[in-house]
Amino acid sequence: MLALSHFSAVLLFATFASVVFGITQRTSPKAMIRYGLYCWVMFVGIVIAASWLMWFIRR
Amino acid sequence: MMASKVQVSAKLEEKSPGLPYAALILGWLIPGLGHVLTKHWIRAALLFVSITSMFTLGIMMQGKLYQPNMGDVLEMLGFAGDLGGGALYILGRIMDLGHGAVQVATADYGTKFIVVAGLLNIISAVDAHNLRIGRKPAC
Repeated sequence: MLALSHFSAVLLFATFASVVFGITQRTSPKAMIRYGLYCWVMFVGIVIAASWLMWFIRR
Repeated sequence: MMASKVQVSAKLEEKSPGLPYAALILGWLIPGLGHVLTKHWIRAALLFVSITSMFTLGIMMQGKLYQPNMGDVLEMLGFAGDLGGGALYILGRIMDLGHGAVQVATADYGTKFIVVAGLLNIISAVDAHNLRIGRKPAC
């Protein structure tokens, strides 16, 4: 059984989902890369922000 | 340019060779195959690797493969999402992959990976269809 940590699962999820979003939601290759990166940063960034928020709530 | 802003009327009248829904059906059956049909090789490869990896990781994490059911709404939605995986889901069912009951957190992530892989495959198949019929401009 593959036991990923929560964060590594997030990184993999963000990477694969961002590739598909980038390709399907934009028309030119340059825009695809830009949008894919934007999605990846948003996926990971929001997870980190939410994690810190939960850490502060727990305190 | 966002998909919603794509000029729908741009090339709709342009005739696509063969069956108009071939890219949609093949794209659903095997991730990326719809884009192969529209001759977007790199996109096809990236979609195949991303969706197949996501599905495989989900199985490796002992995620649950939903079965056809008429019970809980979430179970039915889970099945609909899984079914989006096309041949991956069919193979998974034939080979009896996946686990029936989620017992550890990792397996829960795995279940979500499998469902999302199916949903992403549907998005990818629709994109291939749009390229095929000319609704989305091919670059």
